[in-house]
Amino acid sequence: MDMRTPLGKVRGLGSAKEGTDHFWRQRLTAVSNIPLLIFFVFFVARYAGASHAELLAALANPFVAVILGLVVASALIHMRIGMQVIIEDYVHAEGVKIALLMLNTFFAIAIGGLFLFAILKIAFAG
Amino acid sequence: MVELALPKNSQVNEGKVWPKPVGATNLREYRVYRWNPDDGKNPRIDTYYIDVDDCGPMVLDGLLYIKNNIDPTLTLRRSCREGICGSCAMNIDGTNTLACTKGMDEVKGSVKVYPLPHMPVVKDLVPDLTNFYAQHRSIEPWLKTVSPTPAKEWKQSHEDRQKLDGLYECILCACCSTSCPSYWWNGDRYLGPAVLLQAYRWLIDSRDEATGERLDNLEDPFRLYRCHTIMNCAQACPKGLNPARAIGEIKKMLVERRF
Repeated sequence: MDMRTPLGKVRGLGSAKEGTDHFWRQRLTAVSNIPLLIFFVFFVARYAGASHAELLAALANPFVAVILGLVVASALIHMRIGMQVIIEDYVHAEGVKIALLMLNTFFAIAIGGLFLFAILKIAFAG
Repeated sequence: MVELALPKNSQVNEGKVWPKPVGATNLREYRVYRWNPDDGKNPRIDTYYIDVDDCGPMVLDGLLYIKNNIDPTLTLRRSCREGICGSCAMNIDGTNTLACTKGMDEVKGSVKVYPLPHMPVVKDLVPDLTNFYAQHRSIEPWLKTVSPTPAKEWKQSHEDRQKLDGLYECILCACCSTSCPSYWWNGDRYLGPAVLLQAYRWLIDSRDEATGERLDNLEDPFRLYRCHTIMNCAQACPKGLNPARAIGEIKKMLVERRF
């Protein structure tokens, strides 16, 4: 039986003194996503139906490669912290929550590593 | 915690249809949530008919007509009957509002009345707001100062006083907090719109000297940042206030002090 006072329960473990950094990064990447994803969509539309060689040549362009690297970084950071909020909202079993938060981070880093490797390989090795 | 289905003992059954008042020609149907902690039964929806010609125009008048004339066991909170005490907050026609300021003519068809959503029910239309009040207590809603107390009053300019408009009017009826999905899922850790609006009321008070400590106590992924600007709070508030804006202003203050 829980005999703590209502105020004791509300005060709980106290304030984590964080969350603003998370909030700020979510807005920052939301803003950076706008031009980056517009570029990405235009790029995909422009090269839809292009041959493999044409696409490789376009991706090897330093400007395109750098922008695509930024698309990956910005979108994945945004995705990871957005997913974190959803997990915290809906998953309350402490163990499952921690496991999902870890998987969320691993997933974003794994996907990011793959994308960046592909972009660099095309840019430098063709 | 997210609950997509009600637990078995909370599932709502069809209840009793009470007899129509004798001799009444102008009837209005009420469908009211009933739950008695003592009889071990599931909640039920009772149907009542009120005599509109013998009753005031507000939803609360109808509920009191039922209590006085049909079923004295119907349990509800009410006090001022003019929207200033916040006691009669309940879910009427799918929206959290005050029964005393909601006109029966604003509701189409039968008047459906439930207690405030996702709160423990004490009985019938009475929710247990213990946690809500403790949360309000936790933000220390009073003037906090360090400077020596002045001989007369703590002075405030007209401009600074105006910043409290749209905040001080809150009557803590809990309509907004109990309309907020984030509060439903995380009400044990998220303070909710009503309490955050009160927190902002003290953050923005020019006489208060504890702004930094107040922000420290709010800066938390759950206490403050569970607000996802769903805006149900602003839509529900029977006093026309905007808790979502107050929460947005708190978030801005927290960003502002970083740069």
